[in-house]
Amino acid sequence: MGYSPFRRGAPPERETKMNETILTAENLKFRYDVSDQPVYALDGVSTQVKRGEFVAVLGANGCGKSTLAKHFNAILLPESGKVYVEGMDTADDDKIYDIRQTVGMVFQNPDNQIVATVVEEDVAFALENLGVPPEEMRRRVDDSMKMAGIYEYRERAPHNLSGGQKQRVAIAGVVAMRPDCLILDEATAMLDPRGREQVMQTIHHLNKNMGITVVSITHYMEEAAQADRVLVMSKGHIVMEGTPKEVFSQTEKVRSLHLDVPQAAELRDELVKAGIPMPEGIIDTGECAQALYELLQ
Amino acid sequence: MLRDITIGQHFPGNSLVHRFDPRLKLVLTIVYIVLLFAASNPLGLTLSILFLAAMYTVAKIPLKMIGKSLKPILPIVIFTAVLNLFFVSGEGEPLVHIWFLTIYAEGVRYAVLMAVRVMALIAGTSLLTYTTSPIVLTDAIEQLLKPLGKLHFPVHELAMMMSIALRFIPTLIEETDKIMNAQKARGAQLDTGKMTERVKALVPVLIPLFISAFRRADELAMAMECRCYRGGDGRTRLKVLRCTKRDYIDLAVCIACFAVILSSRLVFPNF
Repeated sequence: MGYSPFRRGAPPERETKMNETILTAENLKFRYDVSDQPVYALDGVSTQVKRGEFVAVLGANGCGKSTLAKHFNAILLPESGKVYVEGMDTADDDKIYDIRQTVGMVFQNPDNQIVATVVEEDVAFALENLGVPPEEMRRRVDDSMKMAGIYEYRERAPHNLSGGQKQRVAIAGVVAMRPDCLILDEATAMLDPRGREQVMQTIHHLNKNMGITVVSITHYMEEAAQADRVLVMSKGHIVMEGTPKEVFSQTEKVRSLHLDVPQAAELRDELVKAGIPMPEGIIDTGECAQALYELLQ
Repeated sequence: MLRDITIGQHFPGNSLVHRFDPRLKLVLTIVYIVLLFAASNPLGLTLSILFLAAMYTVAKIPLKMIGKSLKPILPIVIFTAVLNLFFVSGEGEPLVHIWFLTIYAEGVRYAVLMAVRVMALIAGTSLLTYTTSPIVLTDAIEQLLKPLGKLHFPVHELAMMMSIALRFIPTLIEETDKIMNAQKARGAQLDTGKMTERVKALVPVLIPLFISAFRRADELAMAMECRCYRGGDGRTRLKVLRCTKRDYIDLAVCIACFAVILSSRLVFPNF
């Protein structure tokens, strides 16, 4: 049985499609149970994600952010509206595996997305499904394990690893597909602070050095503050959008959506209320410290 | 208590037995089981056990592991032995005759042989799992069953289910421990009381466990779809099993040993 890239669906032709936008949602509507659920989980969402961008999606529980994420790799299909991944319509059945190869997804619980009993076998899982020949598979598996910093654990059993390590195994398993875009559905929510930091480092590395577009759904404002752009969702709508500075400066509005702001922004806000003239748009600890230092001088 | 389960446990190593091709190892284990029943005279059994002991020595598996693997099946061994003891009737005078129970010399012989055979059987199959990692074993089973795929037998699906089951055993054991502790913290008494009470006390452990297992299954299915899983057609493998010359030599040695054991039965049928 020879390997042919066309046997399991040809990989997307990336060279010819260097469009600016990689993900597009157009007036997206979705309900989980059409018959007896009048409320839309997504109620007319339109957005675009540019190639190489790092987008954070925020929102209280049940606001539809995970639902949106699952539309981007055709796990869910829109009730009305359209989703395009590199120009491919997710409703197109023939393109489904190209889409899933282009947009990789990492979920919250690392335990529930690791399939194999050995780390390297799990990283190889997607490539096995895609019918990649063993020699090339070996190379790509080793590459993505090194990229995720788990190469030294390659022969360990996943259940003996820490949460952060497991989540990096899951990321390596997705990265091995060579996706153009990575969607993280609260991928750091179950991790301890150290594991979270390791995972975020890996993701920033993939974004900056490998040019992989990242859409990160998160509850951690500090993580969102590092993104290029922030989307805030509420009740199936996108209610705020902009750079982290633009979004988090509107402290009151963010709070009214039952979300926190980063601690630095909160501190700046309290100081302004107390009559201390702090500059606008402070969202991370370094900037805040700098501003305070200048004030004190 | 849950951590004592040894069946299916793997002892990584680099011995001749460990490196032996898993497909051949699996087939030879099955042949060994057949052999235990075919060469059922005391001499044949003794030789079979010697062979097994030699294999354990080569594999450098500590002998106390055999004891550990035999412990859970001890009741079954005793049960079969006792049944044989009382229900096998032989010729000549019975050894003991109490009320309605009679024991013949033949019965004692059968009971001992049966007990030894069952224990050898468990020790033999344990050697397979001790020296072969579950994932490799699943691969071997998948490859051995491949011809059945032509008859629309879901070989790949079966292998996938097995490897996922193996992957989740430690996860679910951990979870059971957690749930048990949580229920104990709420006053559940899992280790004391009568048998029926203890069984009933397990219900609040099992229900959350099942619910969470279903949830996990759901999420896992989604994660697998995200990684382009679509059944066994056209799948490739990272590690491909290949028989080397050394494997064939090992195979020849084992077959020779088995032949000797079997012929001992035919040449000395009375021993």
